[in-house]
Amino acid sequence: MANGTHEKDELKRKSDEAALSARLKSLGERLRKTGAAPHPEKSVVQSSDPSAIARGFRLSTELVAGVLVGAFIGWLLDRWLGITPWGLIVFLLLGFAAGVLNVIRAAGAGQNPGTSSRK
Amino acid sequence: MGDPIHQFQIQNLFMFGQMGSNPIAFTNSALFMVIIALGIIAFLMLTTARRSLVPGRLQSISELSYEFVADTIKSTAGTEGMKFLPLVFTLFMFILVANLIGLIPYTFTITSHIIITAALALTVFITVLVYGFWKNGLKFFKLFVPSGIPIYILPLIVFIEVLSFISRPISHSVRLFANMLAGHITLKVFAGFVTMLGGLGYLGWLGATLPLVLVVALTALELLVAFLQAYVFAILTCIYLNDAIHPGH
Repeated sequence: MANGTHEKDELKRKSDEAALSARLKSLGERLRKTGAAPHPEKSVVQSSDPSAIARGFRLSTELVAGVLVGAFIGWLLDRWLGITPWGLIVFLLLGFAAGVLNVIRAAGAGQNPGTSSRK
Repeated sequence: MGDPIHQFQIQNLFMFGQMGSNPIAFTNSALFMVIIALGIIAFLMLTTARRSLVPGRLQSISELSYEFVADTIKSTAGTEGMKFLPLVFTLFMFILVANLIGLIPYTFTITSHIIITAALALTVFITVLVYGFWKNGLKFFKLFVPSGIPIYILPLIVFIEVLSFISRPISHSVRLFANMLAGHITLKVFAGFVTMLGGLGYLGWLGATLPLVLVVALTALELLVAFLQAYVFAILTCIYLNDAIHPGH
């Protein structure tokens, strides 16, 4: 008895799967007609995009890191060369510029596979 | 209870010996690193030991993690970047498992220490430098000289590019460390509110439901952050490696 129902289930499952794939095919067909189907190449690019939250996490630290590095290098130069406060002033500004550059890159980078992230 | 920083304390478990005047100790941090590394190796080996064509649940976890990392590399660094798959996969799995294990109460979160994340970020930084110079030679310096820049502002731009390059390992490591540290402190503080309010009596327990709900929600958020931070670390590794592979502009 158990065997019989099992076979029946199996048969039902197979016909269900065939019906499902047929429906999926017709759905894809209709989507392509309306132009809503994902373009194959475009979807590759989209999948390479970090999700929005991940990108947000990136942006939050990029600017700070640039400013910190600039300030640190300026402070070191001040100490070594005794040119206080000019090293700090100049390198803090340069570091700020580097931080902004980082943020711009973080916002636009990593979209073209196989090419440099710099544009 | 109480001190939200206590969970990050390093404890010496046993001593190996001395280096100069500094003792070399096996700490709880080292213990968890060993647990994480052995856990990943054991999991991957056990789940792929009986390779079946149609993967079971556990086998598909390891297959999915491989495919996820491979896709990340291919889409950011191209197929040439696939030779760095071992590095990126190791980093991703190590950070992911470290973050996830840290969410279990009474465990130690190794990624909440900057020395760990800085070591990981410097590994990537040095790999980029060594591979960039080994593959491209002096052409690697083109990374710092964007094309199409007028000659009179070029020195300034090169300075900024170099600073931007040096700031990479810092943002790379601080991001992971700060997120894990802040998340765990927040969790601890809100959990502390529950017991503190509970100590006030009947009305206190009523008030304690609000921070309790928040702790549950924050735990879910931390789970998301644990995964996302590992992903961000991996994808940035790929982007930096891409610069070493293709330094031109």
